[in-house]
Amino acid sequence: MSGRDLVDLEDLDEGEIREILRMASGHDPPRATRTLDGKILGLAFFEPSTRTKASFTSAMLRLGGSVVDMGEPSTTSLAKGEGFSDTLRILSGYCDALVIRHKLDGAARYASELLDIPVVNAGDGSRAHPTQALLDLYTIGKIKGRLEGLSVGVLGDLKYGRAANSFILAISRFSPKVLYLISPPLLRPRREVLEALRRRTDFRIVENPRDVIGELDILYVTRIQRERFPDPEEYERVKNSYVVDLELLKEAREDLRILHPLPRVGEIRNEVDGTPFAAYFEQARNGVPVRMAVLEWVLGHGGA
Amino acid sequence: MEELRVRRIREGTVIDHIPPGKALKVLSILGISGSEGTVVAVLMNVESRKLGKKDIVKLEGRFLTRDEVDEIALVAPTATINIIRDYEVAEKFSLTLPKVLEGIVRCPNPRCVSNVPGEPVVSRLELVDPERGLYRCHYCGRLVEVSEMEELLLQ
Ligand SMILES: [Zn+2]
Repeated sequence: MSGRDLVDLEDLDEGEIREILRMASGHDPPRATRTLDGKILGLAFFEPSTRTKASFTSAMLRLGGSVVDMGEPSTTSLAKGEGFSDTLRILSGYCDALVIRHKLDGAARYASELLDIPVVNAGDGSRAHPTQALLDLYTIGKIKGRLEGLSVGVLGDLKYGRAANSFILAISRFSPKVLYLISPPLLRPRREVLEALRRRTDFRIVENPRDVIGELDILYVTRIQRERFPDPEEYERVKNSYVVDLELLKEAREDLRILHPLPRVGEIRNEVDGTPFAAYFEQARNGVPVRMAVLEWVLGHGGA
Repeated sequence: MEELRVRRIREGTVIDHIPPGKALKVLSILGISGSEGTVVAVLMNVESRKLGKKDIVKLEGRFLTRDEVDEIALVAPTATINIIRDYEVAEKFSLTLPKVLEGIVRCPNPRCVSNVPGEPVVSRLELVDPERGLYRCHYCGRLVEVSEMEELLLQ
């Protein structure tokens, strides 16, 4: 039986990451193929995310497979008092691979240990979101022609934001020239992420994006949520320092490109959209080719 | 002066150099409750040259193995194990931190899947840095230091 899980990008070596990225470029732009003809993908989104779900659905349909959407198991089975593991075991009987999203840290790892079918993590808790990180890497490779040696800034909620965490860990493996971690002190990365970075790359903790904007090749922006601040006044005080607008970009290099996992809520002003800096819509379009590659890879159709 | 009323043991195990006040924790980790029927001597806050004060546990008729004792390092990293046969120390070893702690220590992250009540998930911490006594949760990646573990011990 072929098949493997994608739980955390940290489980993959660089060769495997590059293999998936190479497969993704074969699906860009996405066209209909039959490589997963007759296969069924289950979607178990314990935490809602319409877009990620739509992106996986589109990818599976392009590959000739079908999708069974389990709805929101948390509001159905769990309401009946059924445990997480029971729900997963039952769902796994309906499909050849299962995509799971969950609010708890490590939920996808747990699922992958329980189930015999491949499990794809579509985001669990505040750290792992491997398909997002892959599409971020893919986008950078596409617009910059390389992943290595770039000056990268990551801005926003670096403590709880799972897209930011996944991206930081992913890009740190491709020898960035320097990695700037830009956030209010309250939202700096957690210890386990900093420890991992320490072994891999030169990184610097920065409070104000203005201090480094002129050096960057890539600026990865994420949202800072009001709820993270115990003191609402503190939030009001800092929020404007982390807004990306034309004023901030005056200092930027011409070839700076801005990424964002979307959706955004005002952290990148609309005035930036029409500039060459904006790469986030392109990034969103890359979701389908990358997820096509991931689905082929986990279901054993990977590689040349 | 009254003599200390704990004799040398003939056969068994002496756990020496336990940090003061931790003897009962050590017994609890070993799963020894006293109902086994064998002689268990517990000395607490004994004068020690090395530690100032220390606890000692003597287990008559029970020979601990290396595999059994490593978990003691979580609450008593300084402890030494002496296996006694016929009143003599037959074997002596110190503790090394276990590579994996399965179902022994809970992950401190409340949002970790290993803490979901009623779920048949077993906590799993993996040693990542023996020098610093640093473990990592297999599920959520949280780093846990040995010094934090006393409060996280599962029953
Ligand atoms: Zn954990």
